[in-house]
Amino acid sequence: MTRSTAADAGLTGPGAADTAAPGPGAVRRRGRSRLRKLRKATELTILLGPGLVLFLGFVLAPIVVGAYYSLYDWNGLGPLTHFWGLHNYKIAFNDPAFVQAIEHTLILTGLALVIQGPLSLGIAMLLNRKFRGRALMRLVVFAPYVLPPAVTAVMWSLMLQPGGLVDQVMKAVGLGGLVQLWLANIHVVLYTNFAVLTWQYLGFGIVLLLAGLQGIPPELKEAAAIDGASPWQATRRVVLPLLGPTIRIWVFITVIGSLQVFDIIFLISGNNGGPGGAADTMGTYLYRTGFQSQAFSYGTAIAIIMFIFCFTFCLVYQRYALRRDTAGALTRAVT
Amino acid sequence: MRSSRALAAVAIAAATVTAAAACSSGGSSSSSSSSTPVTSTSASTSTSASATPVTLTWWNNANTQPLLGVFQNIIKGFEATHPNITITNVPMQNEQFKTKITPALRGNSPPDIFQQWGSGQQATQIQSGKLADISSQVNSWISSLGAPATAWQTSGKWYGVPYDLHVVGFWYRKDLFQQAGITSTPTTVPELEADNAKLRAHNITPITIGSKDGWPDAFYWEYFAIRECSQSTVAQAMSSVSLSAPCFTKASADLAAFMKTNPFQTGFLGTPAQSVPNSSVAALANGKAAMELQGDWDLAAGAGLTTDKNLASKLGWFPFPAVPGGAGDPKAVLGGGDGYSCTTAASQPACAEFLQYLTTPAVQAQIIGAGAGLPANPQAASALTVPAEQAAAAANAAAPYVAVYFDIALPTTAGQNLDNAVAKWFSSPEPTGASIISSVSGPA
Repeated sequence: MTRSTAADAGLTGPGAADTAAPGPGAVRRRGRSRLRKLRKATELTILLGPGLVLFLGFVLAPIVVGAYYSLYDWNGLGPLTHFWGLHNYKIAFNDPAFVQAIEHTLILTGLALVIQGPLSLGIAMLLNRKFRGRALMRLVVFAPYVLPPAVTAVMWSLMLQPGGLVDQVMKAVGLGGLVQLWLANIHVVLYTNFAVLTWQYLGFGIVLLLAGLQGIPPELKEAAAIDGASPWQATRRVVLPLLGPTIRIWVFITVIGSLQVFDIIFLISGNNGGPGGAADTMGTYLYRTGFQSQAFSYGTAIAIIMFIFCFTFCLVYQRYALRRDTAGALTRAVT
Repeated sequence: MRSSRALAAVAIAAATVTAAAACSSGGSSSSSSSSTPVTSTSASTSTSASATPVTLTWWNNANTQPLLGVFQNIIKGFEATHPNITITNVPMQNEQFKTKITPALRGNSPPDIFQQWGSGQQATQIQSGKLADISSQVNSWISSLGAPATAWQTSGKWYGVPYDLHVVGFWYRKDLFQQAGITSTPTTVPELEADNAKLRAHNITPITIGSKDGWPDAFYWEYFAIRECSQSTVAQAMSSVSLSAPCFTKASADLAAFMKTNPFQTGFLGTPAQSVPNSSVAALANGKAAMELQGDWDLAAGAGLTTDKNLASKLGWFPFPAVPGGAGDPKAVLGGGDGYSCTTAASQPACAEFLQYLTTPAVQAQIIGAGAGLPANPQAASALTVPAEQAAAAANAAAPYVAVYFDIALPTTAGQNLDNAVAKWFSSPEPTGASIISSVSGPA
């Protein structure tokens, strides 16, 4: 889209000169323009082709095939013979465990936005100020994000075991009364997992927002200060609005990541999604039913449901929130 | 599966090796399948299969030492006596293996030999049409393996051969029993509960369990089920995929009552079973709990998680106690085993010959020596040296019947759903066990 506008509007050189030239060049001009179209088509094919083939073959086709398989009763071995329409979807929404898994996923997503968001923003703002050891602090804050989730999960499940490091530290600082069975209490385990997820992914939000903050020219804040704005007002009226695009992208990445969360939960709370399924998410439920129980078509149906969740969110978010950020690049400018 | 749980130290390095091996398997399996038509015709026309070179690809889950090395030695030994047969070993991590085997059986180039656990899972896999009926090759000798091998028989035909067996029972710490003044192992559940109380009185955690993984929970429920239900009721339930018999409800009530006595460690719902220092088997190996209901591999699984070199002498074994009034035989055991199947792509009789080779006493001694499990061939029983393991093997041999783990005995989906339902029930045990009973007819 951008290419065509650029070509239409700003193309200079021999072609453009020709269009301007009147008279006997008319025939030749038609030939040239056909050549130009051909060249453009070749260029598009070469540039877009490989990516498009990969996208069609490894993204779109599996979704379509998956949707098709989800309409059958299939254990992965025999041929697809037993068509039963939307039955897999009916089972899913009638299974309290799946409904519970959706709830947990939405709780985790909500918590990520409400807790990780302000926390990342606050820490990013702190780290954006000049102080001694700032580089070191930035490194420390970002370090957990660099660890593989598997390492994080194993490390935390060792520290969170009854009488483990977390319990001992809490007792040492006088918070012994708050000690819980972090991984075994069905009322706590989801939030324990959320805490570990936060520990792992907070650094990402901080780095993203820090980059956004550094893109804000200091003159604007100075100008606000000269106009008599308090630091709070400057933050609220100048910094935050300018940070908007970064925050919106962060929300987008966080929501998609939370809807699909699997690895840390799976490793900390196991394939049953914690005691009584108290930390079960759509991701762990999908793994358990699809791969472990080898109910492949059912698992596929769950995957399609997850896809619909994510896709719907993407569309709505693109339309209403990201539109102004992507205007001109992905969409037409907002008028 | 169970043995791999014992041996599963899932290292990234192992995954890398597996990935490399998996890549190489693609090439070798295609080469073996291309050689298949030639060999199978020659095998059917001539009595000796020693004319044409044959390559067999062997998928197994022995990706860690010591079993990995043992299997490589076994291949060398087999190839030395069968110069025309080449075995390509493709070890992979257990969960990865299980994820790969179903698509492989559905595809056009399955491995020639692959690991499977018999019973209902085997029946599920037979639906792929890729499992070879090896009855004509094994009929002459397989009876020497005894009753446990029949788990690899479906509708009267043999589709696999076991190479080791497993039995579930209580492992206990002799030192902690002594501390609590317990002089003999419990033979009934009330006696077990009384011993738990004695241990608690001495500030010792009676029983450790790895509920995070779910399947150890299922051991308890299944044992109460085979104590409450007669052999025929259990067999009927497995074949009809229905737990509607009242004795299964009784099993839930028994287990709920047992759990009311607080037999397990604090926070057991979040404890993993194996492989990590905070696992239940590590607690047993380090003397933090007195008992664990686990498979015969528990010693091997615990040995790597403690610095105690004398662990084997500190552990004892006793069978799951009797349930007073239950219709089940108190000597029946819960167990299973690991076996291999030939696919239809494999050259015969080369493949069946290899499976037979794995059950010969000398080879069995090597496998058992690696801590894989109990011998599939009773003639190799002397390979077990640890008294506790000998006790487990003796109970297995003396059992009137072996109830195969329900998750293996049932079709795959129903079996896994049962495991998941029991695990979930463990967080709030209620005496009807309705969610467990209905789980086998669950999703898809």
